[in-house]
Amino acid sequence: MLTFDHVSKRYPDAGDALQNVSFYLAPGEMAFLTGHSGAGKSTLLKLIAMMEKCSRGHIILAGKNLNRVSERQIPYIRRQLGLIFQDYKLLLDRTVFDNVALPLVVSGYHHHEIGRRVRAALDKVGLLGQEKKYPLALSGGEQQRVGIARAVVNKPRLILADEPTGNLDPELSEEVMHLFEQFQQVGVTVLIASHDIDLISRMNYRVLKLDHGQLVQEG
Amino acid sequence: MVKRQRKPQKSVIEIFKIYLLEHARVLFASLGRIMKTPFTSLMTVLVLSVTLTLAGGFYLMVKNIQQLSGSLETSNQISVFLKTKVQEREAKTLAATIKGLPEVVSVKLIGKRQAMEEFKAYSGFGDALEALDNNPLPIVLQVLPVAKSMDAAAIKRLMDKLERYPAVDFAQLDMLWVKRLQSISALLQRTVMVLNSLLAVAIIFIMGNTIRLELQNRREEVLIAKLVGATHAFVQRPFIYTGFWLGLFAGVLAWILITLVVFVLSEPVENIASLYQGQFELLFLSLTETLGLLALSALLGVLGAWAVLFYQLRQIRPA
Repeated sequence: MLTFDHVSKRYPDAGDALQNVSFYLAPGEMAFLTGHSGAGKSTLLKLIAMMEKCSRGHIILAGKNLNRVSERQIPYIRRQLGLIFQDYKLLLDRTVFDNVALPLVVSGYHHHEIGRRVRAALDKVGLLGQEKKYPLALSGGEQQRVGIARAVVNKPRLILADEPTGNLDPELSEEVMHLFEQFQQVGVTVLIASHDIDLISRMNYRVLKLDHGQLVQEG
Repeated sequence: MVKRQRKPQKSVIEIFKIYLLEHARVLFASLGRIMKTPFTSLMTVLVLSVTLTLAGGFYLMVKNIQQLSGSLETSNQISVFLKTKVQEREAKTLAATIKGLPEVVSVKLIGKRQAMEEFKAYSGFGDALEALDNNPLPIVLQVLPVAKSMDAAAIKRLMDKLERYPAVDFAQLDMLWVKRLQSISALLQRTVMVLNSLLAVAIIFIMGNTIRLELQNRREEVLIAKLVGATHAFVQRPFIYTGFWLGLFAGVLAWILITLVVFVLSEPVENIASLYQGQFELLFLSLTETLGLLALSALLGVLGAWAVLFYQLRQIRPA
């Protein structure tokens, strides 16, 4: 599903963010990406989402070498991904429904199909019936679940989550992680960046550990 | 791997239908957005419409002047000024003689008194003229040559002939004024063309700036849309339509302003026209020109929006 082949990323002013990182994620696998802040977790996710380009090496996503993807094709690559952010990145002036529908609207789905899929996604995260509310009327945990619904509504093959539980208390964090497990169980590949060691250790999944831009532990 | 449902193949017509629906959705969504910030939108529309009114006003001015010189073009009327000592009776005889010439269609005699009345009425020297003991104005014969398309040489010959009558002081071709008017009008036309091009550029810049601010306000939204896979075309569509609406509204308002200006000016213009015994009617924008104004203002709005988006959207990272 996802291959990193000797990938490095150097920022002109901040130096090496990633150095010679190689790993492989099998289809349907779930893995954690961990490390101290500034270890390069976010950078790694940004490279997959094509928010940045790597300086050296190759990233192969679903058989496509991202180095050979032109700027015009980036949107179509992103439609295969589900992105989840620590700060949720919801549109505060749009309803929950409109927020979740955005990836479908962007991809040009028919509105019947949009309604059906949005409700299915909200049902999965346990927010059915809240479509008409605005994000700020929801709790932090609920907002993050809206973010997750938006990430899965397009039936992505790979979910990337950047500190999805960073702003949530332990109980809510656990809930959110269980949601990810459910997606993994139906075959979606999941990569979660997190520094919540306790939570990660309680769940029995592969852990990729970054230290100063280098992959120090894999397994 | 998830069992991915094979997407049912959509027909071309269906894809096109969804595409059109999406455009219609954005068209009305951007209208709604404009209405949500009525004050800001109104300011932009006002500025744009004043600019458009200037351009439209210049255009109408040239059009009217062209009409004026156009209608005069066909007249080769010659004014024959008689010597001041020549009396009315003698003038009448001369008029009859001239009318008898084969090159002449008609002769109109303007007597001293009539000339004086007209001069008093329109020159603004009414009171000063009262002070004069006698009337200094000569009798004028307005001679209309036979063929409207008489060439310059034939007219010159006719004028020479008229000037040879002893009672005649000099003959003047009114055409000369027409020629001058025409060259002034040509100059004016070119000036207006340059001015209007500048105004069009101004409109594009005003619109560009408005869209730039709007883009700044909605930066977060653009970013999120891009992250969930929106293309450039998708992201810029609402802004382009905003430009379209603002341009269109400005066009409508400009049309109303131009109408008001013409309405205010029509009376004094008709007064001037009557001075020259002209068949002059103040022209207004025709239906085609009105539609052209609206189309052009909407187009300039779109252009302004597009020009800014082309550069600014690419600066919002990630791509």
